[in-house]
Amino acid sequence: MLKAVILIGGPQKGTRFRPLSFEVPKPLFPVAGVPMVQHHIEACSKVPNLKEILLIGFYQPNEALSSFLLKAQQEFKVAIRYLQEYSALGTGGGIYHFRDQILSGGPQAFFVMNADVCSAFPLVPMLDFHKQHGGSQSYVILGTTANRSQSLNYGCIVANGETQEVLHYVEKPGTFVSDIINCGIYLFSPSIFQHIAEVFQRNQQELQLEENSSWQRTEVIRLEQDVFTTLAGRGKLYVYKTEGCWSQIKSAGSAIYASRLYLSQYGSTHPERLASTKEGGPTIRGNVYIHPTANVDPSAVLGPNVSIGMGVTVGAGVRIRESIVLHGAVLQDHSCVLNTIVGWDSTVGRWARVEGTPSDPNPNDPYSKIDSETLFREGKLTPSITILGCNVSIPAEVVILNSIVLPHKELSRSFKNQIIL
Amino acid sequence: MKALILVGGYGTRLRPLTLSVPKPLVDFCNKPILLHQVEALVKAGVNHVILAVSYMSDMLEKEMKEQEKRLGIRISMSHEKEPLGTAGPLALARELLTENSDPFFVLNSDVICDFPFEEMVRFHKHHGKEGTIVVTKVEEPSKYGVVVYEAESGQIQRFVEKPQVFVSNKINSGLYIFSPAVLDRIQLRPTSIEKEIFPAMAQEGQLFAMELQGFWMDIGQPKDFLTGMCMYLQSVRQKHPEWLHVGPGFIGNVLVDPTAKIGQNCSIGPNVTIGPGVTVEDGVRIKRCTIMKGSRLHSHSWLESSIVGWSSSVGQWVRMENVTVLGEDVIVNDELYLNGANVLPHKCISESVPEPRIIM
Repeated sequence: MLKAVILIGGPQKGTRFRPLSFEVPKPLFPVAGVPMVQHHIEACSKVPNLKEILLIGFYQPNEALSSFLLKAQQEFKVAIRYLQEYSALGTGGGIYHFRDQILSGGPQAFFVMNADVCSAFPLVPMLDFHKQHGGSQSYVILGTTANRSQSLNYGCIVANGETQEVLHYVEKPGTFVSDIINCGIYLFSPSIFQHIAEVFQRNQQELQLEENSSWQRTEVIRLEQDVFTTLAGRGKLYVYKTEGCWSQIKSAGSAIYASRLYLSQYGSTHPERLASTKEGGPTIRGNVYIHPTANVDPSAVLGPNVSIGMGVTVGAGVRIRESIVLHGAVLQDHSCVLNTIVGWDSTVGRWARVEGTPSDPNPNDPYSKIDSETLFREGKLTPSITILGCNVSIPAEVVILNSIVLPHKELSRSFKNQIIL
Repeated sequence: MKALILVGGYGTRLRPLTLSVPKPLVDFCNKPILLHQVEALVKAGVNHVILAVSYMSDMLEKEMKEQEKRLGIRISMSHEKEPLGTAGPLALARELLTENSDPFFVLNSDVICDFPFEEMVRFHKHHGKEGTIVVTKVEEPSKYGVVVYEAESGQIQRFVEKPQVFVSNKINSGLYIFSPAVLDRIQLRPTSIEKEIFPAMAQEGQLFAMELQGFWMDIGQPKDFLTGMCMYLQSVRQKHPEWLHVGPGFIGNVLVDPTAKIGQNCSIGPNVTIGPGVTVEDGVRIKRCTIMKGSRLHSHSWLESSIVGWSSSVGQWVRMENVTVLGEDVIVNDELYLNGANVLPHKCISESVPEPRIIM
């Protein structure tokens, strides 16, 4: 029997995802038409003998999360539970705190995955690889190749070329170490808890030595820095390298990129989710998801990489490209929406143009990843995708360029390169 | 009667339009700039127009030959070997201007207004001195050279360049009528009529100012070209409202050539000129623009305060604003944003221009 743990974090995290994370927990933000974490759940549900999925995080129990979990449970026919941490315990601390829950029922192994990654989730190949590389005494990290400069932003893995054993692990190094990076998806045998326990005890001892450091809880454990670095080179940690698509989803800009990756997967996994040009329907270019309840005028032109949410209205002659339109939004006639996330219940007026600058990875470098860009560079807002928060109103005929509009704003003119509070 | 029009050089301020066509032939409200002036002159009894040009243009000569026939007047070209300023060309055309003793008109070629030529003749004959300048009122006289004159008679006392303290709000509008005697004051060399000739005439009591009624604009650069268009269309509204296009989807003063085609669900105006053979596809929004002959605006594009040069193409969902000027035969690809772009002729634009700049 197998299990899976999805680390969903909490409201204090994911600030780079603001203002969208004000409205909905980031793991529920729709990517390619479905909540970010549903892609994980669906991948888990396809693994034979995977009986339970545990979401661990520090969100207060909320309506959005529980109704999503209920629905997912029915749809994917797998047990799903949310386990709430009393505070942010780190990637290792969370699973250690809930180790009894994870181990109950006696799984041979369990996956651990971060919610804010987009991946093809090669879980079954990881299982096979695990069996061939040590089984119950070993642990597997999913790795992928990055380019040299971007590798510094990730956990870097040096592995034995033949055995794939991890010889060295370092999180976000200052200088180049390896172009194999940690994808944030792991397969652990239950014995991993012994190694986490060692870190826990070491923390406890250190805490007793320092009087004034009560803020640093012994339970806060990071898998990457605290566990993997010590396990490397001990014949227990292996890397399974994937060539499949993978990206972090840190910033709102990367949500559009992740949507593109998932939409292109739909061609083989969910062709029914992809819209196509039909008699009397809108013109579709490339991969587009349209929620069945959306109302799209036949003269609109959508795509590539567009996701239209529940109850969205798209007027006559509207153009949408490389964008996510969230539920209840209204795009009025002749408006043009490019590289933008249109927030829930927002309105874009007639002939308005809402445009952002894509932050896509370099298309000429197959190993390039999306930069989780900093908002400001040299005191200036870096041009990025445009985000309209929830319930924003854009008047007719204006242009909104490379801007972030916080929720519940009614704009009255054009804006460029600004954050509008 | 005769008139001398100071056409001058290459019209660089109105580029990129003047890279394809000499400035006098650039269409302003569906008629070459020069014809606005020449037709008004003919109406006032002028039968010989002299164009003072400092460069050779076959296109201009050919067009003027045709206009000679059409209007039944004589049009001469007076070529300057070197630029002669605003006064020198009068000396160069001396022979033509002194064929008889009638007063003659002189005008800057960039001026658009309700040309008061008949009134100028009356005013000039009434005071009987050498020259009359038409003056127009401006809001910010400190930016210009102003004319100080006696309110009753119009006799000019002096000129003040960029006054820091208010002395007058009337400026030289670039329209003059002179008696042939004025030619004795001008030598054949580069000379500024405003700085070198007028002050002396004023001092001798030979120069009078006549105040212009109605609008006036120097349309020598794109921004002013558009402002001038708005003024001109408003005056059309008063004098010839039947020239303007009305109907659903049209707002305010809009001039549409009868050969232009307009699609469904467009919103056009106020202050738009659409030239012959232009195609405006469905769902296009245009305000404060000139669209020149043979251009095509594809569906759902949005244009404000822009000039689309001859035979250009603007793609679907393009947004153009802030005095974007497309030269002749420019193609703007779909979905682009042009903010204050100045695009030279025969270019194909495939990337947005978010900040004003020149596209070579």
